[in-house]
Amino acid sequence: MNLTAIDWVIMFLYFAFVLGIGVFLKRFMKTSTDFFLAGRSLPAWVCGIAFMAANLGAVEVIGMGASGAKYGIATSHFYWIGAIPAMVFIGIFMMPFYYGSRARSVPEFLRLRFDEKTRALNAISFAVMTIFSSGISMYAMAKLIQVLHILDVPLAKMGLPMSWSFHLSVFISALIVLGYVFLGGLTSAIYNEVLQFFLIVAGFFPLVFLGLKNVGGWSGLKTLLPSAFTHSWQGMTNAQNNPLGVEWFGLVMGLGFTLSFGYWCTNFLVVQRAMAAGSMTDARRTPLIAAVPKMFFPALVILPGMIALALPTPQQAVTVNGMVQMQTASNAGKGLIPLKIDVATGKPAIDREGRPVLDYDLAIPNMLLHYFPTGILGLGLTALLASFMSGMAGNVTAFNTVWTYDIYQAYIHKGGSDKHYLHMGQFATIFGVLFSIGAAYTAARFNNLMDFLQLVFAFVNAPLFATFLLGMFWKRSTGHGAFSGLLCGTAAAALHHGLTLPRGDLVGIKGGWITVVHNYPSEMAQNFWTAIWAFFVCFVITVGISLMTKPRDEKELVGLVYSLTEKPREEHLSWYQRPAYLGGVVLVLALVLNIIFR
Amino acid sequence: MSLDIRYPIGWMFSLFGVILALFGVFADKQIYARSLGININFDAGVGLLAFGIVMLLLAWRGSTKAKAKAGVEPDAKA
Repeated sequence: MNLTAIDWVIMFLYFAFVLGIGVFLKRFMKTSTDFFLAGRSLPAWVCGIAFMAANLGAVEVIGMGASGAKYGIATSHFYWIGAIPAMVFIGIFMMPFYYGSRARSVPEFLRLRFDEKTRALNAISFAVMTIFSSGISMYAMAKLIQVLHILDVPLAKMGLPMSWSFHLSVFISALIVLGYVFLGGLTSAIYNEVLQFFLIVAGFFPLVFLGLKNVGGWSGLKTLLPSAFTHSWQGMTNAQNNPLGVEWFGLVMGLGFTLSFGYWCTNFLVVQRAMAAGSMTDARRTPLIAAVPKMFFPALVILPGMIALALPTPQQAVTVNGMVQMQTASNAGKGLIPLKIDVATGKPAIDREGRPVLDYDLAIPNMLLHYFPTGILGLGLTALLASFMSGMAGNVTAFNTVWTYDIYQAYIHKGGSDKHYLHMGQFATIFGVLFSIGAAYTAARFNNLMDFLQLVFAFVNAPLFATFLLGMFWKRSTGHGAFSGLLCGTAAAALHHGLTLPRGDLVGIKGGWITVVHNYPSEMAQNFWTAIWAFFVCFVITVGISLMTKPRDEKELVGLVYSLTEKPREEHLSWYQRPAYLGGVVLVLALVLNIIFR
Repeated sequence: MSLDIRYPIGWMFSLFGVILALFGVFADKQIYARSLGININFDAGVGLLAFGIVMLLLAWRGSTKAKAKAGVEPDAKA
């Protein structure tokens, strides 16, 4: 990696702006509402961009580029099927209850609608999850900085060993995120997410432009890749015939319904961004506005991955001006994607059938290095770092709110002054970041433990949407029903995972640890079906137990349940300002994209 | 809210734009071999600057509107 002064200048300027926003906002953090909910005063477009950008963590940019290289345009299902419909649904149908109930968090909504134990279950599992997600984001970033040798030259100048690259990356990123969240709370996090969003677009747009120009546009790319890579719906009638290894029903029900609605409609990380809006209409428009850039993001993150795969595997391409850069194993990989190196042995990793494994996560970083000369390379790398930090900060702000309102205020210290909770929130930001650092190092040392934890989180999350759906749209559902439904749904997810195994995988963390009764064609198919079973079981159990237990007085449920709540009035708005129309437009656009790239 | 986010966005992107465009004008053209011979620093710099200026204009228009509103309201109440 050959960074020159101009690349560093851009990176430092960005850090200065990020922290500067925090410093500027410090003086406005007077109440806990300012800190945790941005004073409920932000304009819809700001919340909308943040709604989308909070999810732009490591998984999004690096992961979607990697999937683009691995599966091709079918990755866009994670956007057009796996995000857009859910975003429209929460904006039109669910936001009136989240925002209208004046709940300060998603767990708090569960307490208003159901009872204390349902909230405790959700709050505690969510708080633990955010810490680990933020730690994993931090770990992924530090790892990437290490692999790309970004800090090698500065480290050498300071006379420090190269192994410090990881520590320094974790330390600096933690300090910056801590700095701006501690100073400016949710407002600062949201503002920075907006800044990061534009930066990511600015950094990736030139990359896609150069890449597409090089391969001869979309039609050129089509001739370079197998046809299943450029047609998102090809072979979807049968799981064996497409790169994802999923059939259309599993895709639509598993990804498009249970997983995606479970994430976009119940995850406080994103819902918090809409709760920060200044009015009910703005809160409802937030996810709809977010859906528009979300829809076109595949062009920025999936396409580079596909181009990386399509390019000829070069050696001379990495030699410029006599300087040889980053060319270790890439000659044996595919396109710009190098072979995955086994950390333990230092040799290329091999899968169970003896084929070498490609390190898809390097698709996007290698594209940046391939096309970007110094100058814009600084911008591209800053965009990459911004995406990691955005993911981290999103988790930290969600954590400090849930910790303070739903754990500390609810079970540890009731009835404190507002100032007290504001300070607790700032304090929670500090130990949230410290725990994240701990999680990052845990991830570095115990890779299997992290895989295991992520699996447990998936089980906990899988049934969530059933609970919210019944809570908001069926007034008869009760707290006992919701609580037992969630527990049974999680148990069902674990059970399903224990009984099935993706083809070609070993029994263990991948499944089948009870006994293998069914083989799925791919891990993705298994994930989708786990979610479908969890949703179904949670739904049935919640309905069953609710019918057996005492319903709540209808008067208490006004503003929390659809049939008992006055519909939001929007007659005074022109048609393009009305959430329902906007939602319709968004859905039609997503449909058109699906048809174009079918 | 007290800070219009369009100001920092506008300033940051204008600054990045100027830096990249100037670098594109003065730097050694050899480095553009990898970007297909396109002076990507200059092109992207101009684009960023244009975006930054649009953001600043929007922010400026927003603040004058807010001021005008704030100036009118006390009269309307009286």
